[in-house]
Amino acid sequence: MSSEAAAAPPRPLAKRILGETPSAWVFVAPAAVIIVGLAIVPIGWSLVLSFRASDLLSPGHSVGFANYDALLDDPDLRSAVGHTLVFTGLFVPLSIVFGLLLAIALNRPIRLIGFYRTAILLPFIASTAVQGVLFSYIFDERFGVANAVLDKLGIARQGFLGDPDQALLVIVLIALWGGVGFSVIIYLAALQDVPRDLVDAARVDGAKRLGVLRHVVLPQLMPVTVFLVIWQTLLSLQLFDLVYATTRGGPLDSTVVVVYYVYKQAFVLFNAGYAAAVAYVVAAFLIALACLQILYRRLSARHA
Amino acid sequence: MRERALPFSPWHLLLAPAAILFALPFAWMVLSSFMSNAQINHFPPTIIPDSLHVVGWDHVLRRATFPSWFVNSMIVASVTVVSNLVFCSLAGYAFARLRFRGSSLLFALIIATLIIPFQLTMIPTFIVMERLNLVDTLAALIIPGLVTPLGVFLMRQFFVSLPREVEEAARIDGCSRLGVLLHVAIPLARPALATLAALTFLISWNDLLWPVIAINSDETFTLPLGLTTFQGQHTQDWAAVMAGNVITAVPVVVAFLLAQRTFIESLTSSAVKG
Repeated sequence: MSSEAAAAPPRPLAKRILGETPSAWVFVAPAAVIIVGLAIVPIGWSLVLSFRASDLLSPGHSVGFANYDALLDDPDLRSAVGHTLVFTGLFVPLSIVFGLLLAIALNRPIRLIGFYRTAILLPFIASTAVQGVLFSYIFDERFGVANAVLDKLGIARQGFLGDPDQALLVIVLIALWGGVGFSVIIYLAALQDVPRDLVDAARVDGAKRLGVLRHVVLPQLMPVTVFLVIWQTLLSLQLFDLVYATTRGGPLDSTVVVVYYVYKQAFVLFNAGYAAAVAYVVAAFLIALACLQILYRRLSARHA
Repeated sequence: MRERALPFSPWHLLLAPAAILFALPFAWMVLSSFMSNAQINHFPPTIIPDSLHVVGWDHVLRRATFPSWFVNSMIVASVTVVSNLVFCSLAGYAFARLRFRGSSLLFALIIATLIIPFQLTMIPTFIVMERLNLVDTLAALIIPGLVTPLGVFLMRQFFVSLPREVEEAARIDGCSRLGVLLHVAIPLARPALATLAALTFLISWNDLLWPVIAINSDETFTLPLGLTTFQGQHTQDWAAVMAGNVITAVPVVVAFLLAQRTFIESLTSSAVKG
């Protein structure tokens, strides 16, 4: 490690064991204890748990791969995965397209822009519980303003969150209202980093507005877009709060998503071992996805 | 200059409806909290309450536990923010400036935990809290968030970017490591600390999944948990539910309006992880 140590006088034992600055351990100890204790240890613990039949409060007994076998043909889990994928497939592309559109608009130096930006970002800052409860009210079948508007327009009233065919789609809508702000913030920051002279040069060469957007701005935004796709996908696959604050999985289990299913198995039905197995499989996918993002970053950094 | 058909920028045509779409539900929330339930049940809804009604607010403030949920949320969020500021600064500074055995391994470990999804750790974390007899206490909500890996990462990045010379001058003047951190580095780190504070406040205040798991009695609820539970119990009392919703939303909204730049920065910085 330290090449100058050879010439230096022998160091005290503590320094030889702990490094140049033993006091540094005092600096990092709280962070190390909390993060290792409440992240690294639980990862191992979850793995052990996933091979046991445990009811959360007693240690239970080992069941080998039974939990993993069970999850392969669990129809409830399969439909939870289906709901999660439908949500992700709709939310991710829409949040990115709308996010980009709004960010481009908000990047203009026009009047009222500060007001527009605040209004558009506000929902994202609010708690998901606030968003969910607010839209449970707006989409309430009897008293909600959404059905009142439909009535005025002469359209039939809808069940919204109370209708098994619509509930998941309504949750996508609420998630977009509350989640598009993140895409806007990230794209706004990235747009400000697009070199001005690049845009000007393209304009001088006779490129039209849309041409500049397509051939100059969008390629510059590519790394940010990849980041957003992966980030929003990770968030979507972990959807819980909004479901809890609106439908709690209903009606007729039509909005049970994977994390909600894990929560229900572990903390409502007390199948902690099984829940841990499901969580492990899901986490493996999520971690693989996150690694993809890191890999992409490394690769594009090398080419830059 | 291109000739214009409109007396204003055409971008207003996109932004004005968008801003209304995003802000209107909040306005509706505030208005509804001042309606009587008769007005809410009246169809079509009265858009402007002809007179202010405070039944909803009265219910929420006098007969429900919202005030103590507010206090609980404040306690959890402020302890979390302060402890993150202290411990993430200490750890971040050590990783940036001090040489100690195992430092790169430990830092890699901390960064690796950034990509671990919470649902993987929540079951054992609950069991740990159960063993420590902390389930259903505010401590159970505070402890897992005392130090966040992202915070350690952000503070380390900040301290690495500081010029060493300033600190070295203080060292020569006989300042200890802790002295340098307290008197030289921390004052320079104010913007980074503000960013970290905004981020931890948001995450802590808005959290729902962990309180749902760790808390089960009414008097220990945080606002998001209390709000969703209250709504489940009072599905016909929308004025009261919206008053509770306003209480839950207001602290974050006010903080955002006061320090918009800091919040936006903190959200952008969360994107640098990984």
